[in-house]
Amino acid sequence: MKALLIDARWCYGCHGCELACQTEHGMKVGENGIVVTQIGVWPYEDKGGAEKWQHSYLPVPTDQCDACAARTSEGELPTCVKHCFANCLRFGEVEELAKGLTDAKQCLYVIEK
Amino acid sequence: METIAAGQGFPLHTRKDGETVTRTSAWTAPGCHNGCGIKIHTDDQGNVTKIEGDEATPFNQGRLCARCFAVPDALAADDRLLYPLKRAREDRGKDKFERITWDEAYDLIEATFNDIKEKYGAESVIFQQGTGRDITPYITRLSWSFGSPNFGGVGQSGDSCYLPRIAGMVGTLGGFWLADYSQQFVDRFDNPEWRAPGVIFNVGVNLLVSNSDGVMGYWMVECLKRGSKLINVDPKITWLSSRADLVLRPRPGTDGALAMGMINYLIENDLYDKDFVDKWCYGFEQLAERAKEYPLSKVAAITWLAEDDIVRATRMIVEDGPAALQWGLAADSSNAEAVPAAHAMQTVFQITGNVDVPGGMIMPTDILPGGYAGGWGRELISQEQLAKKIGIKKYPMYAFATPYTESEEVLKVLESGEPYELHACWNQTMNPISCMAPEPERVLRAFQKLDFFVDVTPYMTPTTMALADVVLPVCLFPERNGVALTTGSQRAAAMVKVTEPRGESKSDQQINLELGKRFNPKGWPWDTVEEMFTEMIKPTGYTFEELCEVSPVLPAFQYRKYEKGLLRPDGQPGFNTSTGRIELWCGMFQSIGQDPLPYYEEVRPGPLATPDLYEKYPLILTTGVRRWTTFHSEHRNMPRMRAIVKEPLAQMNPADAEKYGVKDNDIVELYNNNGKAHMRLRVTPEIMEGNIQTDHAWWFPEGDPEDLYGVMDVNVNNLCEYDCGKHGFGTNIKAQLCAVRKYEE
Repeated sequence: MKALLIDARWCYGCHGCELACQTEHGMKVGENGIVVTQIGVWPYEDKGGAEKWQHSYLPVPTDQCDACAARTSEGELPTCVKHCFANCLRFGEVEELAKGLTDAKQCLYVIEK
Repeated sequence: METIAAGQGFPLHTRKDGETVTRTSAWTAPGCHNGCGIKIHTDDQGNVTKIEGDEATPFNQGRLCARCFAVPDALAADDRLLYPLKRAREDRGKDKFERITWDEAYDLIEATFNDIKEKYGAESVIFQQGTGRDITPYITRLSWSFGSPNFGGVGQSGDSCYLPRIAGMVGTLGGFWLADYSQQFVDRFDNPEWRAPGVIFNVGVNLLVSNSDGVMGYWMVECLKRGSKLINVDPKITWLSSRADLVLRPRPGTDGALAMGMINYLIENDLYDKDFVDKWCYGFEQLAERAKEYPLSKVAAITWLAEDDIVRATRMIVEDGPAALQWGLAADSSNAEAVPAAHAMQTVFQITGNVDVPGGMIMPTDILPGGYAGGWGRELISQEQLAKKIGIKKYPMYAFATPYTESEEVLKVLESGEPYELHACWNQTMNPISCMAPEPERVLRAFQKLDFFVDVTPYMTPTTMALADVVLPVCLFPERNGVALTTGSQRAAAMVKVTEPRGESKSDQQINLELGKRFNPKGWPWDTVEEMFTEMIKPTGYTFEELCEVSPVLPAFQYRKYEKGLLRPDGQPGFNTSTGRIELWCGMFQSIGQDPLPYYEEVRPGPLATPDLYEKYPLILTTGVRRWTTFHSEHRNMPRMRAIVKEPLAQMNPADAEKYGVKDNDIVELYNNNGKAHMRLRVTPEIMEGNIQTDHAWWFPEGDPEDLYGVMDVNVNNLCEYDCGKHGFGTNIKAQLCAVRKYEE
């Protein structure tokens, strides 16, 4: 199964993946194969009483994501993966990617069975 | 100059799916001044079909941001200017342009400029450009070869975007420095000589969405991944704050006081690098004496920071080093006394020995002598004409530290006609009315006095509509050749033409060359722009055509150049200052009648400097919040970008919103003694209480041209005022005062 490993520790919400996707696939303004969602911003106290901030992003593939089948069939990376500034996306077989799950805030998104 | 060609072995052109793919770089228009490496796909009709990142360019390593993906749309946009235009002077502000030929346009400009030169002197024509374009070398050359010393950019107060620190560092450091993110190496983060900074002190910048120093925000994230600690100094909670080891939220405009307090703490507690200071710094005793004026309690009161946090930040710089200073443009533009503030900030990293060392601050080698902002062709103008440069008597640093004129001084000459009248303006890729001029109505009135205004621009802008008598259409970067000699750690990257310019548009460089030849043929001895580029990049040893094949080219880099005699023209060890040392006590400042030591001066207007105003206008206004999808006043006409950010925003803390009776999503009016502007409000705890932050440079291309596209309604610069400080470098545009209320139409 093809999947994306999304490392939400490092996504900082630049929208680059959205535009890479939208233009790669000739989509209309308003459509996309991946959308960056924002979680936060709010303050909270950690267990030691120190002020922390919830401020993170999670890029989420949409129904229109085909993991750039045309690109990957020629050995290229999906355009969102290639262009991600934070380098927080990986593409591959789910079993392989699962081995790379080593930290908190990482997730796998299965694109196709 | 020894160089390394990063693009060697990566073909300029390849074919893929029946299309041509060309390796090139992106630099205005449209877009920013980073010059990312890109690959442009064109079909056999020459249409640009796709843009991708170029893996062979170490600068961006194949990655790319939202704006470059919209370049194909920018090329095809309906509102591109395709032909030269003219308009009768009395019709300024009216949509009454008529198409003319290039010959007619050039004839008219040549005749009018030369007539003005004959009657009033060449100095009565000013040449100005917008920030971040790749045209500084050519437009300085145009100005100087015409005979005018008045090259500049009437807009920001005191060249406050970045130049205060640059001008100041000429005197203190004898050069330029910036944080070490491995940008000077082709193999980047894998380079064996490089190490990630132990700690990064990020002050006054949301580096991920904005930048100075030609730095890409993601480099900082790559350093965090490699273990760098982060001290984030920003009143706003940004993503970087949420990942930082220490967050400092100072009152806007007080960064200089923080730095003075840190210097004092370092010296009082013997934490500075004595060996480095003894060997390489000048004036330490005087600095120590000055620093005593900034005890922790006083600095905490000025900055609104906790004493403990100031101590912790200072200790982290020593204990977790090497330490890198990432200073944003807010360091130059939130206090008119920006030069002493920059002096203080750099001093912290100098007396701790973080100079030209891996993971500290590096001093890169320039390809273009004087750097990208230094100007090109100064030998073409006489000393007699240079002596007439506006503002140099009041602000002597403008005589040698920058090719620019000081903005408000130009404005005053425009208004008063003293010491001489100004009659014409060459305005190239610049939109001051919406972008960065404080008091924009005043600027507009002053410019209306000119007999003749030429605007060189790819799109119609509020400035064009308000002022232009002649409009010259500029093509976009995929339609021209060029050289990206970028800011920061300089590299030479070729910009390769992949498609014909639309309509009759021409490149900035072509226009400058063609008009330059008419004014001063000897100053422009080249038949083509490519010959001109070859001359400019001579230090690299490459011709323009050769550069295209191997681009980008990086100067070879060594650390600790001051130990090796690589910074001074005489080849001696040390720094390129008059004492050969880093001048903590600066002889250059002394010689122009300025304080030779760093200091903090209270930001004005402000809670402490103008308490009466603060009572009436109780919020500190910070302008110029950056967005992913816009570069200054650009990109408002691009639907993919507008879909992400459709309108300007003001942002404030929930407690303040409640206090002043406004709600999230309201349209609010910001107002003060200077003026007003209205925009959508976002209420968020990211913003510090007592602070309100807004976007800048907004206008609405879809709006009424004769209302100047609605620019004055939303222009937060209406609330800002000119004040360029004692040195003539600086501004308070990120720390004004204002009040807020719900907007009633």
